[in-house]
Amino acid sequence: MNQLIISAATEGATSPLVPNVWEMGVVLVGFAVLMYIVVKFIVPMFEKTFAERAEAIEGGIAKAEQAQAEASAALEEYKQQLTEARAEANRIREEARAEGAQILAELKEKAAAESARITAQAHVQIESERQAAVVALRSEVGTLATTLAGRIVGESLEDDQRSARVVDRFLADLENQNAGVAK
Amino acid sequence: MHLPAILPWGAADGFSKQMLLVILSVVIIATFFLLAARKQQLVPGKLQFAGEMAYGFVRNSIAKDIIGGRDFMKYVPLLFSLFFFILVNNIYGAIPVLQLPSFSHVGGAYVLAGIVYFTWIGIGIKKNGLKYFKLATVPSGVPFYILPIVVPIEIISNFLVRPVTHSLRLFATMLAGHLIVMLAGSGIEYLVMQENVLLKGTSVLVLAGAIAMYMLEALIMALQAYVFTLLTAIYIEGALHADSH
Repeated sequence: MNQLIISAATEGATSPLVPNVWEMGVVLVGFAVLMYIVVKFIVPMFEKTFAERAEAIEGGIAKAEQAQAEASAALEEYKQQLTEARAEANRIREEARAEGAQILAELKEKAAAESARITAQAHVQIESERQAAVVALRSEVGTLATTLAGRIVGESLEDDQRSARVVDRFLADLENQNAGVAK
Repeated sequence: MHLPAILPWGAADGFSKQMLLVILSVVIIATFFLLAARKQQLVPGKLQFAGEMAYGFVRNSIAKDIIGGRDFMKYVPLLFSLFFFILVNNIYGAIPVLQLPSFSHVGGAYVLAGIVYFTWIGIGIKKNGLKYFKLATVPSGVPFYILPIVVPIEIISNFLVRPVTHSLRLFATMLAGHLIVMLAGSGIEYLVMQENVLLKGTSVLVLAGAIAMYMLEALIMALQAYVFTLLTAIYIEGALHADSH
């Protein structure tokens, strides 16, 4: 060991700042080879990995954002559709109500017309029946009056008492007759 | 601590251990990062995670922070290669059998500093044209009568001293650390060999000191790789934005 150092010391009698040209050549070539490998392979490989990793993270974020946007758009659409549906339902309800009211009014009108018609008809019928009754009554009253007159004439017309009796009897007969008919 | 010359390669020293270690460092770095980057999984495994941490350190903490947001990616490969090339070659000094930081031989440091020197000057010229040399040497806002003093200082400090300090800083720290650790090692060996028991005993003190120095050196090895790369990033940034300095 000591001899080695001594020999190195004597060998390096020249200044240590004077380079060995061959060593310089080896360093230059070695470094050039290393640079070539680094430029050609190592840096691109690492950068590719870094870029892919950044891409993966940012891509994931972008994808999530997109999904979020889509979801909120869908929600918005559903809300709008719901609002539209509600408006539609309201409109239909209003229409139905209006229609119902109209139908009711029509029906009322129709019923009123009908009742008026029936009333008018009844009036006509009553009138004609009354007319018939008057006619029938008139002929009957005539007959009765004739009969009554005959009876009164048959008895003495001078005796007022008698004639009153005759009238009473006639009326009673008539009543009995009517009662018998009613029975 | 040289291996015997492996190949008599025309040079005075032949194929040295330092050359072997430099080539080995390229293999180590390339293999590790190719394996780590190969899978390209979104959720990284342990190896890939370690590789990404190491790559991300240079990419974000050095290139992005110093050079800035828009055009730092162009310089990431250079900074990345520099950092790990220097780091691995320095750490050799802390690995027992290898025990030789490659940049304790000044040639390698000259080469790397030279590459950086021409890179940042090239960037400056490409970005600003020949006006770059004016921008780099004539600071704005300085009164004209001070310029005769300031301009030579700027020329010397930027274009002459900068590459020298850049390379020698790396070389000197590595050489000094290497020397201290080796010296402590041989010192311990020398003391242990002594007949005198008391003298032999003092080797324990040296050993304690050597371990402390070894730890310090390991720290400096990593730190110097960082410093060299950081300075490179600062030089490139200065060349890119020469007009705003």
